[in-house]
Amino acid sequence: MGIALNVGLSQISLLFIYASMAIYTAAFLTFANHLARLASDKKKVRTQASRFESIAIVLLIIAALLHTVGVVLRGIAASRVPWANMYEFSITGALFVVLVYLTALSIKDVRFIATFVTGFVILILGAATSAFYVEVQSLMPALQSYWLVIHVVVAVLAVAFFNIAAALSTSYLLKTANWVNSSKKKSIGTLKRVFALFPAAENLERLAYRFNIIGFILWSFTLIAGAIWAERAWHRYWGWDTKEVWTFIIWVIYAGYLHANATRGWTGKRSAWLSLVGFAAVIFNFTVVNLFFKGLHVYSGL
Amino acid sequence: MSSSRFDKEIASPELSLAGWARWIWKQLTSMRIALFLLLLLAIASVPGSIWPQRSADPNGVIAYFDANPELAPILDGIQLFDVYTSVWFSAIYILLFISLIGCVVPRTGVHYKALRAQPPVAPKIFSRMPASQSVTWAKNSDVAARAEKLLRKQGYRVVRTGKSVAAERGYVRETGNLVFHFSLIGVLIAVGIGGGLSHNGQRVLVEGETFVNNLAGYDSFSPGTFFREDMLVPFSMTLDNFEVDFDIRNRTNVGTPLDFRAFVSSKLTPTDTPKPGLIRVNEPLEMPDANVFLTGNGYAPYITIRDAKGNLVFAGANAFLPQDSNYTSLGIIKVPDVDRQFGIIAFFYPTAQALDNGAFTSIYPAPVDPLLTLNVYEGDLGLDAGISRNVYALDTSEMTQVAGGKAEIRGLQLKLGETVQLPNGLGSVTFEEIRRFASLDFAYNPGGIWVLVFSLLALAGVTTSLLTPRRRVWVRQTSGGFEVAALARGDDPALTDIVQNIVGELKGQQINRKGSK
Ligand code: HEM
Repeated sequence: MGIALNVGLSQISLLFIYASMAIYTAAFLTFANHLARLASDKKKVRTQASRFESIAIVLLIIAALLHTVGVVLRGIAASRVPWANMYEFSITGALFVVLVYLTALSIKDVRFIATFVTGFVILILGAATSAFYVEVQSLMPALQSYWLVIHVVVAVLAVAFFNIAAALSTSYLLKTANWVNSSKKKSIGTLKRVFALFPAAENLERLAYRFNIIGFILWSFTLIAGAIWAERAWHRYWGWDTKEVWTFIIWVIYAGYLHANATRGWTGKRSAWLSLVGFAAVIFNFTVVNLFFKGLHVYSGL
Repeated sequence: MSSSRFDKEIASPELSLAGWARWIWKQLTSMRIALFLLLLLAIASVPGSIWPQRSADPNGVIAYFDANPELAPILDGIQLFDVYTSVWFSAIYILLFISLIGCVVPRTGVHYKALRAQPPVAPKIFSRMPASQSVTWAKNSDVAARAEKLLRKQGYRVVRTGKSVAAERGYVRETGNLVFHFSLIGVLIAVGIGGGLSHNGQRVLVEGETFVNNLAGYDSFSPGTFFREDMLVPFSMTLDNFEVDFDIRNRTNVGTPLDFRAFVSSKLTPTDTPKPGLIRVNEPLEMPDANVFLTGNGYAPYITIRDAKGNLVFAGANAFLPQDSNYTSLGIIKVPDVDRQFGIIAFFYPTAQALDNGAFTSIYPAPVDPLLTLNVYEGDLGLDAGISRNVYALDTSEMTQVAGGKAEIRGLQLKLGETVQLPNGLGSVTFEEIRRFASLDFAYNPGGIWVLVFSLLALAGVTTSLLTPRRRVWVRQTSGGFEVAALARGDDPALTDIVQNIVGELKGQQINRKGSK
């Protein structure tokens, strides 16, 4: 009985993660540059803009490849799936966000939120490497279950969908905000021009809804899988442990979001706000609840 | 006449009880209230993650009371330590479910009728629909018949009346939605009934000890509302051996537990031959009406104590509670049946290391260099009063410390197999052997499987509902061609494409889907 942890390999994995962060940052800056150029009032600047967008997408793909290598090496170094503590949830989760986004990009035109998504991924990876980093460790017996693979992978995937929906809802809210549209300030004027280039508000709302329904289905599955696992590991399927409470809260908020979309007077801005509230709860669940709340899910590894 | 005046008053329908009831019912079952109650439920769940809950963390509640003696009773008054069984939380979800029933039952009726009804006839003016197209095309003579065939093939339910065709698909959207909402009711009922029929109890078993499944066999037990003691199947279970693997190979991981294994043997009746079984974390052992889970473990040093004359006065292995991840463990030994009662607060270090200040700590969780230290207290153990005492605590308020701490004699230290003399002529103590204990949880909940069934039904329902588009399509032959219109329930970005596609198919030409955008 025993496992072999490969610390050397985990260091190499970390290098790949750092490298991907550097390229993500380059992609982020290029995307931002692209938007800024589009918003320019000089025609010449505008016509050059799309070149920057293509470069940024290539950078994003390169970063995603480095990132993938980093995550895979981490798994090999730990001889298990690379999502058993907060550092690993973060790097894997961020990778899922990028992969879901790149997939969506090949199906639907969602280029315009690239700056949001890339920026967010850099934030997650920054937090992961600076605040959450831990050396490779073996799994505590409670985590040794194939439910770790299923439950967590679906949860992380759900979060990736919620994340992209939140970016879309943010765009929607900024695009339709009165303070943006009625402002006379120059800086906000630029913002207004940028959002004028985004798809129509209804399309943003509709896309956010699509991502949120997939997120909701995956989250429902996460909830059920978690309960099945809890029954195996903790002898009850539900015990209102803090993490269970927040999983439930998130589920109920998104159920509310879906209802809002079918309730007169609640579509549009209000439902977009609910989408953001839901995602805020997801982030809260992952950070504050993991780090500061007492409960059985003490897997942050910190 | 006076009676007519009375009649008039009674007849005012707006203020009648029934009128009010109808009004309240209508409000309660509206989408707006359902949304409001859902959001309220989310908010009401939050406090349970901030304050410790009696159900999940009873010791946390006790600690909170100790730390905040003023505030705690106030919070307790509004049930903040029992959020999920509180009056206000229950009120919200009960209202929500009443609203749910009031909402889905009528919708089921409507849907049932819709399932048997024909697709609604074509609207007069097609251009009023969200997607429509009017085509001039001379070869339109059999367009209705061909449209009927085409739409049938695409999974629509179709009726043709003369020169127009009405079609609808996606009925399972509403079916899925209803299945989902009804399944939620199923989940709630299964949780409620299952909880009432459930029970679970805990027992700490030291290697060699046997548990018998009756109330006396448990250290703690929490029954559901409908529990009767005769529901317990009287099997017995012995902990034969408990094994732990700690990592010693990987530098970053030294001392991390890799695996816990509890080897047990069980008998359904006293005359059975023992049946071996293995319990691991995540792998409970199934017994009749009880799943046995491994929830904790630790050391139970086996100690014998003899009085000054050499008579055995104590022999046993008490479970020592682990205090840290290297299993520094704290145990209590009480020796009541002697002339002068005494008790011992003992520490066990599996791999002992002396600190600079003379105290010890454990640096590895397996017994590589085990050490037992004893602080001895003489005096009344308080066991005679007949009050049951916590076996993991020693009340030293009526006792004097005679070894360790401020006493003249230092705390006693024993390595495995050693014997030392107790102070004040109390006798001698021997550290005979190291045993382990397992904390076992015996849980039974017949509702669990039904909760799972209804949850999966709900998941299937909601997935079907959310991913199935519901659409109506109409085709009508006009004098110089034909027209097509489509309508969707909810938003449906594909609608325009669909109309174009149908137009193309009817004209017999391949249509480039990308180009249609
Ligand atoms: C336990 C409480 C409830 C939960 C968790 C819940 C959840 C959901 C979810 C997730 C959906 C979207 C999926 C689908 O369309 O199948 C939905 C849709 C819907 N719910 Fe509920 N619901 C609840 C209570 C209610 C109540 C009380 C009503 C009636 C007032 C209601 C009426 C509806 C309707 C009409 C839809 C369809 C919306 C549409 O057409 O998109 N629900 N519900």
